[in-house]
Amino acid sequence: MTTSETAKRKRKVLAVTAAVTAVLFLSVILDLTQAFIPLSIKEAFMAVFGIGSDVNVTIVQQVNGPRVVMGCMVGAGLGISGAVMQAVFRNPMASPYILGLSSGAAFGAALAMTISIAFIPMVLTVPLFAFIFCMATTFLVYSISRVGGRVPTETLLLSGIAVGSLFSALVSLLTFLAGDRMQGIVFWTMGNLSQNGWEYTLIVIPLVIVGSLFMVNRGRELNAMMLGDAHAKDLGVEVKKVRLEMLIASSLVTAAAVSFVGVIGFVGLVVPHIMRILLGPDNRTLLPLSMLGGAAFVILCDYLARSVFTDLGILPIGILTSLIGAPYFIYLLRKRKNEVGWN
Amino acid sequence: MLKIEDLHFSYKDKPVLDGINIDVKQGEIIGIIGPNGCGKTTLLKHINRNLTPAAGCVLLDGTDIKGMKKSAIARHVAVVPQSNEIHFSFTVRDIVTMGRMPFLEKFRGESSEDIKKVEEAMQKTNIIAFADRFINTMSGGERQRVIIARALAQTPSIILMDEPTLHLDISNQFDILDLVKKLSDEDGLTVVIVSHDLPMVVRYCDRIIMLKDQKIFAMGTPEEVLTPENIREIFNVDAVFEKDNRTGQNTVRVFGSCNYK
Repeated sequence: MTTSETAKRKRKVLAVTAAVTAVLFLSVILDLTQAFIPLSIKEAFMAVFGIGSDVNVTIVQQVNGPRVVMGCMVGAGLGISGAVMQAVFRNPMASPYILGLSSGAAFGAALAMTISIAFIPMVLTVPLFAFIFCMATTFLVYSISRVGGRVPTETLLLSGIAVGSLFSALVSLLTFLAGDRMQGIVFWTMGNLSQNGWEYTLIVIPLVIVGSLFMVNRGRELNAMMLGDAHAKDLGVEVKKVRLEMLIASSLVTAAAVSFVGVIGFVGLVVPHIMRILLGPDNRTLLPLSMLGGAAFVILCDYLARSVFTDLGILPIGILTSLIGAPYFIYLLRKRKNEVGWN
Repeated sequence: MLKIEDLHFSYKDKPVLDGINIDVKQGEIIGIIGPNGCGKTTLLKHINRNLTPAAGCVLLDGTDIKGMKKSAIARHVAVVPQSNEIHFSFTVRDIVTMGRMPFLEKFRGESSEDIKKVEEAMQKTNIIAFADRFINTMSGGERQRVIIARALAQTPSIILMDEPTLHLDISNQFDILDLVKKLSDEDGLTVVIVSHDLPMVVRYCDRIIMLKDQKIFAMGTPEEVLTPENIREIFNVDAVFEKDNRTGQNTVRVFGSCNYK
């Protein structure tokens, strides 16, 4: 019985991995077909390998390619950051968006765009500023909401909302002050994958990969920390060190994601929860699957935003993820922790 | 095997432990008793360096734990904490397997040796039957067994228990401590128990340490330590130490506060 139970769990992980990979693959192909005159699936697929008309190859390799890769990175990064924050804060409501980290990073990025420091290219200052403010927000929210070694849902949400609103207001202020120069920011704050060539994508890839590897590597320690700091310490985990490492890594990944595509909300909340319902709380499987699921969710939303709502022009993807994510968040609040793998 | 030498600790400016000296032999079951706030739990936390002493040291097999890595300490010392409420749907096997964490290298999963240790720990604590159940659906007594199994999976030489029978019904209290006693007798496990339950410590402990005012007030066999005078001095309670004729067991009978005689 015991071995069959382990085998059953392995099969489940495999099945979920296969299903999510299929969704991701399909979404990627569909998203690659999107253009002024959409390509057929076959054309898009061939163009990936440089086969087909020049126009098709250019669309797929130079326009849609970086966009899709960027979407995958952003989705994977937000997915794993959410899962890690939920474990670190031992709280099902934690995620980069809810805790105001995305807003903090957005403010940093907007600030860099506004002052656009001379001599240093914006492509470097934007993620750097985003990271600094993202980290600052993390520690601010964490220290405000911490009550006697615990982080209760109520204070966590409230401080996240308060700090997040502050930074959102500051972003609006910057936009207002900068006038016409900052038209781009408005579009960007709504979350948007459209204005990215390979040069941005190539910066995001290493940041997300390195940060995520750090986090995946700590799955075991995060499991112990979910039982409580005391349990983890007794099992030999250097709790403070691991927590700091995780907060830095998730801020880095969130900042990288937000820097170039703006605020895409609720990915870090919805995806880890669905994975936890399907697979249980074990972070060793949950973290990589949250990356995969996050990528699939973002690309699917991007495809929907571009194909279904064509009449509206290009719908910013952040609107769509929030339209799906916010009701789910409300549902979680109603249901509390029950039956979502937390109780 | 466990030696505590001239241990001092203060919280802010208030001294909590003031010159504690203890020498524990392998296989002993030691009970630590004393009024609330006397430093029992603080003392326990020093043994696996959850707290670092202001002065003095803790020696494990002659080595000062000050220089040891946390994981190295966890390979020798396991803890069964006071509260074991767990809100996540980890299976019992998941939880017990966590006991192997201090032994695992980075980027490596559990070896077949680790899995064998986990199975053994579950067998000894008699929880194999519900290895695949979720921890958050279990009763307090069952959960405590799981946590003890996790501690055993650490293959420690010492287990520290902070009021291990709190929240358990009487039958579970005896079951848990009988189990601990058996492990100590059979495997030479050293156990340090913090407890308020005087009859329990009399029954199960080889030696008792009584703490008062940050110091060791008395140390020795239950019979030597739990005299009516000592109990009155420490707890202001009227009690007697006696041998029960029917079972031949020693026990402490507590009658009530000395204020209301």
